[in-house]
Amino acid sequence: MTAYILTFILFLVGLYGVITRRNLIKIAISLSIMEFSIFLLLVLIGFIDGGSAPIVDPEKAGTLYVDPLPQAMVLTAIVIGLATTAMLMAIAIRLYRKYKTFDIREIKNLRG
Amino acid sequence: MEGMSVIIKKVTQLLAGLIFVYGIYIILHGHLTPGGGFAGGVIIAGAFILLILAFGSSELNLKTEVSGSSGTESLAILLVVILALMSLLLGAKVFIVNFLPKGLPGELLSAGVIPLYNLFVGVEVAGAILTIFLALVIFKEESST
Amino acid sequence: MDLTISMILVFMIAGALFAIHAKDLLSAVVAMGIVGYGLVICFLLLKAPDLAIVQIVVETITLVIMVAVVLDSSRNEIEATFDRRSILQMVTGFIVFAGLLYFFLLAIENLDSLGSHTLRMSEAYVNGAVEKTGSVNLVTGVIFDFRAYDTLGEAVILYTAALGVLTLLRLKGKK
Repeated sequence: MTAYILTFILFLVGLYGVITRRNLIKIAISLSIMEFSIFLLLVLIGFIDGGSAPIVDPEKAGTLYVDPLPQAMVLTAIVIGLATTAMLMAIAIRLYRKYKTFDIREIKNLRG
Repeated sequence: MEGMSVIIKKVTQLLAGLIFVYGIYIILHGHLTPGGGFAGGVIIAGAFILLILAFGSSELNLKTEVSGSSGTESLAILLVVILALMSLLLGAKVFIVNFLPKGLPGELLSAGVIPLYNLFVGVEVAGAILTIFLALVIFKEESST
Repeated sequence: MDLTISMILVFMIAGALFAIHAKDLLSAVVAMGIVGYGLVICFLLLKAPDLAIVQIVVETITLVIMVAVVLDSSRNEIEATFDRRSILQMVTGFIVFAGLLYFFLLAIENLDSLGSHTLRMSEAYVNGAVEKTGSVNLVTGVIFDFRAYDTLGEAVILYTAALGVLTLLRLKGKK
């Protein structure tokens, strides 16, 4: 049970980073940390004690396998997380070229 | 962006082909061992990124690289969509079915349409990640000169 | 297993706190690597080899992209000011986080301990998978046969992201 609670505390650390930081790169890092904590929570729910990796051996029948459904969902989610981070970095590098700073309050004040 | 030292260039020349073949192995055996389309695709993209980082953008022609990689990923996603539409139209016309014959489990040519999916999705993932990286490198280089 | 995962999670939380409060942006990006690679160790301990392969390569590519973005810009963090408004923000934040933690504890109260059967669908997926899909790897069978729509959507998302980055980072061409 403590593993679930610590995973949620990692999620709260990421949320704290998104809310309080002013630097765009720190916001992107905190968003990524939030995503990692949710991946770990999903795979933790599907774990079964004494189970083996979900590759079926056709000779041995009746072995216990770990749940493959959360692993399939997290596999898709990891690649989507990479796509989101890459787009955020492209936006950040564009903003830096134009405004010469990563501070989000400065970027909000300058118009045009 | 300059390249790195001579040691890294020589080691990369030896290793990049090995990583590429390893990625293709993981894609093709996706229904037998852990891995599959996504894992093999990102490994292939990693091999190309290693080449670009080691040799620098002054020795490679990056504009033709990005047109090649984005063309490859577009062709691969088109094939994925065509394969999905074909398996949608057979059967109940609502869900995607596995329509090729399934052989014995454990052989290389088994599991119906899954090895084809693995191959096309792997090529598409490799092309997409390589296009993202190349776009960043070309942008940094062109706006700093 | 509960104890091992908890110890690795304590390291990951420490790394995440350092990454948020670091004064140098390059140190913050490298400290994000602690969280990513600790996740790889957790996946290997939880018997998920597919996810470990994908996460280790994706984390390396993410770190390379972030270092490339950070390196040719100013690496200083803006100084945080400590006035009355920030005290109010911190107290409000603390109350909201305590509330969220309480609701989470309410939600997982009915879960059994780590390692027991939690999902009902696992029996149906594991028992009939080899005959219905023909693939020995259960995760690939679930991705490409039972849940093929999700995989189709995910491939299109990745393609759209590549297209978006290519459009955003285009310099002005011929005038």
